[in-house]
Amino acid sequence: MSDIAERVKKIVIEHLGVEEDKVTENASFIEDLGADSLDTVELVMAFEEEFGCEIPDDAAEKIQTVKDAIDFISKAS
Amino acid sequence: MQPTGTLMAGKRGLITGVANDRSIAWGIAKTVAAQGGEIAFTYQGEALKKRVLPLAESLGSDIILPCDVTEPESVDAVFDTLKERWGKIDFLVHAIAYSDKTQLKGRYIDTTADNFARTMLISCYSFTAMARRAEALMNDGGSMITLSYIGAEKMIPHYNVMGVAKAALEASVKYLAVDLGRSNIRVNALSAGPIKTLAASGVGDFRYILKWAELNSPLRRNVTIEEVGGSATFLLSDLASGVTGELLHVDSGYHVMGMKAVDAPDIMAP
Repeated sequence: MSDIAERVKKIVIEHLGVEEDKVTENASFIEDLGADSLDTVELVMAFEEEFGCEIPDDAAEKIQTVKDAIDFISKAS
Repeated sequence: MQPTGTLMAGKRGLITGVANDRSIAWGIAKTVAAQGGEIAFTYQGEALKKRVLPLAESLGSDIILPCDVTEPESVDAVFDTLKERWGKIDFLVHAIAYSDKTQLKGRYIDTTADNFARTMLISCYSFTAMARRAEALMNDGGSMITLSYIGAEKMIPHYNVMGVAKAALEASVKYLAVDLGRSNIRVNALSAGPIKTLAASGVGDFRYILKWAELNSPLRRNVTIEEVGGSATFLLSDLASGVTGELLHVDSGYHVMGMKAVDAPDIMAP
């Protein structure tokens, strides 16, 4: 697993307080991991901080799964 | 590290508007607590409850109440509880605002009547509504503050109806200061520079606004929630006993600039 994927998963686990084995690449933040709409905004802010990148609003709206986040950040950095 | 002291020792009050640990109201709460103040908190809705509870508890608060400012009974209930628990309060922090996010980008002229009314009710009138109820509990005088932004004074892209509501809020601070002055209750506003909060994520091109302020402010940086907390605590404390009806800018000095800083690069919104 890439370094970016590890770090994304770590943020998701810490922020949502979910168990590590539930955070698979295809897990949806809202449907599978119990996130609410504020969590998704907070996650994006946490990703931006961790990776020093900017995630514009229209891209942020499309980040719904762990994989979406990893893919966007891999492309941006 | 939060500077500690006794500026707020023996004082009790209500802080509204904490959403998470990036909230400006949270920066104020931490600073007030570090200076010995005792705090009650409100939250709006279940999604915010789960965020506010652990933060409030970490400051030793056990008065954490639901409050929806669009429902007068819910505001009454908060102040009834404060009266029951404490008998009186010494300070009030109003950090509440709302607008339909879709109208916080593009042209102000497209604001709908419904969203205009709702934005004004929640972002402006709620301070007056709380001030009236707080007055009854501030028997020995007190201090109230609300939060504004330079978008109330000058046009800031995308701030739109929120700028109009903040202008009304700043005007209401002056009227409230006169109404409550005889009771030795002070009313002031803080105009904070842009800070990346949950609420700010609703404003269009916010990163551009943030970057612009960083490049063009006299201090050449943005402010933190702890810095707003420090100025807020000053206004809430007896150090500011002669200050009312004031608008204090905590914005790295940005409000004095008449044009961009000569050495700041030209930047474009994405």
